[in-house]
Amino acid sequence: MLQVQDLTTSYGPVKALDGVSFEAPRGKITAVLGANGAGKTTLLRTVSGLIRPARGAAYLEGADLTRTPAEAMPGLGLSHVPEGRGVITELTVEENLRLGGLARADRSRPADLERVYTLFPVLSDRRRALAHVLSGGERQMLVIGRALMATPKVLLLDEPSLGLAPRIVAQIFDLLRGLVESDGLTVVLVEQNARSALSIADFGVVLNLGRLIVHDDAATLAADEKLRHAYLGF
Amino acid sequence: MPALPARLSRVSESTLLRHLVLALAGMVVIVLVLESTSAFRNGQLTAMAYLGIAAGGLTVLTGLNGQLSLGHGAFMAIGAYTTALFLQDTEPALPVVGVLVVATLVTLLVGAVVGVAAARLHGPYLAGATLALAVAVPGIAVYFTDTLGGEQGLNVLLPEIPDWFADAVFFLTANDMTTTRYVAYIGWIALVLTFVLLANLSRSRVGRTWRAVRDDEVAAEIAGINLARARVLAFVVSTACAGLAGGVMALAVRITAPSGFMLTLSLTLLTAVVLGGLGSLLGALIGAALLTFLPQVATGFGADLGLSDVQSAELAPLAYGLVMMLVILLAPAGIVGSVRGWWARRGTSA
Amino acid sequence: MQQFLTTALTGLTLGMVYAAFALALVLIWRSTRIVNFAQAPMAMITTYVALVVIDAGYSYWIGFAVALVAGLVLGAVVERVVVRPVEGKSEINAVILTLGLFIVIHALAAVIFGSRYRSFPAPFGLRGFQVGDLNLAITGFGIFTIVAVLVVMALLVALFRLTDLGLMMRASAFNAEVARLLGVKVGRMLTLGWALAALVGSLAGLLIAGGSLVHPSYMDSVVVYGFVAAVLGGLDSPAGAVVGGLLLGVSLSFVSGYVGSELVALAALVILMLVLLLRPGGLFSHAAERRV
Repeated sequence: MLQVQDLTTSYGPVKALDGVSFEAPRGKITAVLGANGAGKTTLLRTVSGLIRPARGAAYLEGADLTRTPAEAMPGLGLSHVPEGRGVITELTVEENLRLGGLARADRSRPADLERVYTLFPVLSDRRRALAHVLSGGERQMLVIGRALMATPKVLLLDEPSLGLAPRIVAQIFDLLRGLVESDGLTVVLVEQNARSALSIADFGVVLNLGRLIVHDDAATLAADEKLRHAYLGF
Repeated sequence: MPALPARLSRVSESTLLRHLVLALAGMVVIVLVLESTSAFRNGQLTAMAYLGIAAGGLTVLTGLNGQLSLGHGAFMAIGAYTTALFLQDTEPALPVVGVLVVATLVTLLVGAVVGVAAARLHGPYLAGATLALAVAVPGIAVYFTDTLGGEQGLNVLLPEIPDWFADAVFFLTANDMTTTRYVAYIGWIALVLTFVLLANLSRSRVGRTWRAVRDDEVAAEIAGINLARARVLAFVVSTACAGLAGGVMALAVRITAPSGFMLTLSLTLLTAVVLGGLGSLLGALIGAALLTFLPQVATGFGADLGLSDVQSAELAPLAYGLVMMLVILLAPAGIVGSVRGWWARRGTSA
Repeated sequence: MQQFLTTALTGLTLGMVYAAFALALVLIWRSTRIVNFAQAPMAMITTYVALVVIDAGYSYWIGFAVALVAGLVLGAVVERVVVRPVEGKSEINAVILTLGLFIVIHALAAVIFGSRYRSFPAPFGLRGFQVGDLNLAITGFGIFTIVAVLVVMALLVALFRLTDLGLMMRASAFNAEVARLLGVKVGRMLTLGWALAALVGSLAGLLIAGGSLVHPSYMDSVVVYGFVAAVLGGLDSPAGAVVGGLLLGVSLSFVSGYVGSELVALAALVILMLVLLLRPGGLFSHAAERRV
C-alpha cells in the first residue's frame, strides 16, 4: 500500500533519515518505533510532503508522494495527523471536522459528520464549542475524526498517546483497531510508547539514528527481549 | 623599516586609536573636499552630513539592537526646533556649539521618555508607535503657533562666524570662509565626532550587549543582561544623534517648519540605513550620500524622459523605495554587508 | 449641544472608516503576522484609479467599483510578488519591506497623477439634515459611509463564518501547517486574504476621499489611526478592530472639535501608548499578558 524506498532526509549536514525502506501493507497497522531523535517524525513529515527528501521516495499505490505538495495528500488518500494533536483551537469542534472533509473531490456529506460523531460521542456533545476547551484525549479524538472526514486510505499518526492517561490511550487504540478491521484502513503509527503500540500493531519498524534496524511482525518484535532492551525501552 | 607594519597592527589593535586615526584622515579629506567645491556642493554635503548623523544613530538602533524606529524624523524636529528657538536673535545666548549640545540633550531627554515606552514594544508594534510619533509631532508645532511659528515655521538666524575659526581655516587653506562652508564644517565635524563615539560604543561592552539582545533575547537575559536597560540606552543614543542632526539641519536650512519633518523624512532615514546595510556606520554614510546625490541624478534623468519637474523629483524616492525593497528581498545585509560577505567568501576560497 | 452632537456624529462616521481600515490591517496580520503599512498608499492609489475613471466621464459608481476591484488585484499582486518571500521570516524585514512599498507607491502616484490636491466627488449630499432647531451633522454621504462599511463587514462575516472558503482561510491563518495537511492550499488563501484586505482598505480610502481632496499623502495619517484602532481591539480580532475604530473615531473627533485638529495625531499616539503599556492585548483581551 504505502512503500517507502531508500528515504533519506537531511537537516543541513545531519541526516535525520538515512536510506529507510519498508512497506506498510493494506488494512494493517504498522508501528514505527524508536527513541527520541530516531527519525520517526521526520519519516512521517517526509512521506506527507512537508519536507523534501535528499534521496529516495515514498509511493502510495504507485504514485510518488515525495514529488507531491503536502496539500495534495488528502486528495490522494493520505491523512497525516501531526504530533501535538494539530487541533486548530480557534475553530469550533464542528469546523475542525468540516475542514477535514473539504479536501475530498466530492466534498463531505452530513452523513460523514454523523459517522464521526457516532464514533466519538464526546465530540457530538461539544459541536459548537471552540476546540480550545477540549481535553487532551478529546483533542486526539478530534484530529483522528477530522482525518477520517477525508475518508483516507492511509492514516499517518504521530505519537497519539503523548501525554494521555493509559485508559484514554487504550480507548483510542481500540478504536483504531476497530477502524482497520471494519474499513480496511491502513495505519502507520509512530510511537514512543512501544509496548502499547505493538499490542495493536500487525507489523513494527524500529528506527535508530535515522536508520532502519528491523522490520518484522509486531509479535516477533515484542518477543525479542534484546531488541526491546536496546531500542524500545521495555 | 620593519617597524611600520608592526606599528600599524598595534594601532589597529587599539580600537579607540584606530578610530581616531580614521577620523583624522576623514577630517583631512573633508577639508580638501569642502575647500575645493562650490557653495552649492557645500550645501549638499551639509545635507549629507546631517542625514549621515541621523542615519548613523538609527543604524545603531536597528542594526545593533534590532529595534525599528519610523519616528526619527520627529526627533530631528525636536533638535531642529530647539536650535531654532535659541537662534532667534542676532545675539544668541549660546555659541553655536552650545546650541547644538543643548539641542542634542533636549532630544535625548525626550528620547529617554519615548525609549522607556518603546523598550517594551516589539517589531510591528514598535514600528506602529514610532510611525504615530512621526505623524503626530509636526502637529504640535502647528498647535503652538505663537512659540513654534505654526505652518510658517521659525527662521534661524545664524550667528557670525567666529574669527578664530575663519582665521584657522584661512591659515590652512588660504580660502575665505563663507556661511555655507562654515555650516558644512560644523556638520562634518559633528558627523566625525558622532561616528567616533558610535564606533567605540559599538565595539565596547555596551555594543556587545546590544548585539546580544538583538540576536537572542532569552540567551541575553540568561546571561544577566538587563533587556529593558539595553534597549532604552540604544534608543537614547540613537535619538541624541537625531537631535544633533536636526540641529545641523536647522543651521543648514535656516528655517524649521512642520513640512520639513513629515513622515517622508523618517522613512527616508530608514532608507539610508537599509541601503547601507543594517548595522554598519559606513553603510549609513553611503546611504546618506545616496539620499543626497541621487535626487539630482534622478531629476535629470526624468527631465530627459520629458517628465515635468514635479514628476522628476519623485523619481528619486521611487528609486530608493525600489532599491530598499530589493535589498530586503535579495541582499538583506545591505550594500556594505553584501560586499563584505562577498569579500569574505572570496578570501576563504582563495 | 449642537457642537456636541455634531462632534459625536462626525466621530461616528470617521470611526466607521477607521474601523474598515483597522479591519484590513487585522485581516493581514492574522494570516501573515505582518502589519501592512503600505495599506495607506495602496488605498490612495486605487482612489486615484477611481478618479481617473470618473474624470473620463463615467459615473461615480463605476469609478467606485473599479477602485475596489483594483484594490483586490493590487492586494493579491503585492502578496504574491512582494510579501511571499518574507512571510514567516524576520519581522523587521517584513516591516521594512512594507515601508519600501509605501515609498514606491507614493512616488509612483506622484509621478503618474501629480502631487497637487484634487477634489474627489461624493454621490450624496454633504449637508446635514435639519431636525427642528438642531442641524444634525450626519450627511447623506456620512450615512452612505456607515452603510457601506456595515455591508462590507456583514459580507466578510458571512464569508468567514458560513462558507467553506472562509473556513479554509481561517484555518490557514490560525495554523498554516495543519491546514496544508488537511489539503488547504494555504498560499492561495493568503493571497486571497491580502486581496480582500486591500479591497476593504480601498473602500476606506474612497470613503475618506468622498467630497474631499486627494493627494498622494492623504491616507498617511489614516494608516496610523487604523493601526491604533486595530491595537485597541487587539490586533488579532476583527470585531475588536471595528469597536476600536469606532472608539478612536469618536475620541479623535472630540479632540479635534474641543482641543485642536492639529493634535489629533498626538492624541492617537497617546491612546496607542496607553493601550500598549496598560493592556497590550487590546481593550477586550482576557489574556493577562502578551508580548507586543
